Amino acid sequence: MKSNRREFLKLAAVSAMGVGAARLGFLGDAPAFAGPLPTAADFEKGFKAKHWGMAVFSAKFTPELIEKCRTACHTEHNVPDIPGKKQIKWFWGASYHEAFPTEQGQFLSEDVEHREFPLLCNHCEQPMCVRVCPTQATFQRPDGIVMMDFHRCIGCRYCMAGCPFGARSFNFQDPRPFIHNFNPHYPTRMRGVVEKCDFCAERLAIGKLPVCVEAAGGALVFGDLGDENSDIRKVLREHFAIRRKPDAGTSPSVYYIL
Amino acid sequence: MYNAKYIIPGILFFLALIFVPVGYNMGKSFDVKPELPKDQKDCIEDVQVMRDKHMQILNDWRNSAVRDGERIYVNSKGKKYVKSLTNTCLGCHKDKAKFCDRCHDTVGVNPYCFDCHNITPNQKSPIPPAQTGEEGGH
Repeated sequence: MKSNRREFLKLAAVSAMGVGAARLGFLGDAPAFAGPLPTAADFEKGFKAKHWGMAVFSAKFTPELIEKCRTACHTEHNVPDIPGKKQIKWFWGASYHEAFPTEQGQFLSEDVEHREFPLLCNHCEQPMCVRVCPTQATFQRPDGIVMMDFHRCIGCRYCMAGCPFGARSFNFQDPRPFIHNFNPHYPTRMRGVVEKCDFCAERLAIGKLPVCVEAAGGALVFGDLGDENSDIRKVLREHFAIRRKPDAGTSPSVYYIL
Repeated sequence: MYNAKYIIPGILFFLALIFVPVGYNMGKSFDVKPELPKDQKDCIEDVQVMRDKHMQILNDWRNSAVRDGERIYVNSKGKKYVKSLTNTCLGCHKDKAKFCDRCHDTVGVNPYCFDCHNITPNQKSPIPPAQTGEEGGH
């Protein structure tokens, strides 16, 4: 019995060392963030849609959940973490009055008025940024995604002036020194390029939902607005939803359920 | 001809000067040896096609992948590859310095692909690496 306990303690000590060593993996050669590389077969089962859209169950969003989605998005896309005015944002949170300045509700429900709303590029049906881009670096795909071709961006920032939602950020400096959670499978940007959310076009191409949708755990519904039977159309049929700044006339594809 | 005693030696000197590089390199072979991946035999296309046209192929890839969403490349033998500089090309050619740079440096071209694209799908940190400080200046 005594020797058994001795053996057990020895084994426990060795196991503990093993666990400890495994946890020190960040010192080893594992990259900061990387799954297996997508193969050509993965790209064959990509999602297709007539018009991609998103519905936001805003009541389910807490500042913590917004932060979780933001981190997931920014890690996936190598978005630099720059504090202050030069901040780059693909996904962020804002108050009701920032998010819906044209709603002008006077006696609002306190719950809604003090809620933080997750914001991202609205992937408008009539995108202002696409109309003003002189090089067609920002363009609209047939499936509704307002996409950026970073190769073509000359950094004129017309799109930033054009976007009514502030969904675009400019790289005033080389972003690479500010990328803390690095994903080697996705490129970075360079100085003088505008960037924004692209509805995870590279993930949809391999049959995966956008990372924010995965991180939100049901609070974000992503799907085909052009398909009557899709989840998102079902959600929008059952819940009253508004869009940001309808008077801008851009017809956003992101719907907010209050 | 006026001043022939100055002009003719001058022309000869000028000709000698511009042919110095030709003479300097005469007889030397121009041979760059990029290091090929040891665990793979075939590239996406034949060696000669890759040598002559890799820049056009990459240009077609970026346009068709980003703008048209066509992300699968079918090569002349019918094999499929993902259109990705970092994940496909550099996933195989693991050391950019020993492959890309050897030719590019020799012929004096400086493509700006790697201002944004990562040099291997296993890269641990961006280059230049993340700063620890929080300053955001130029």
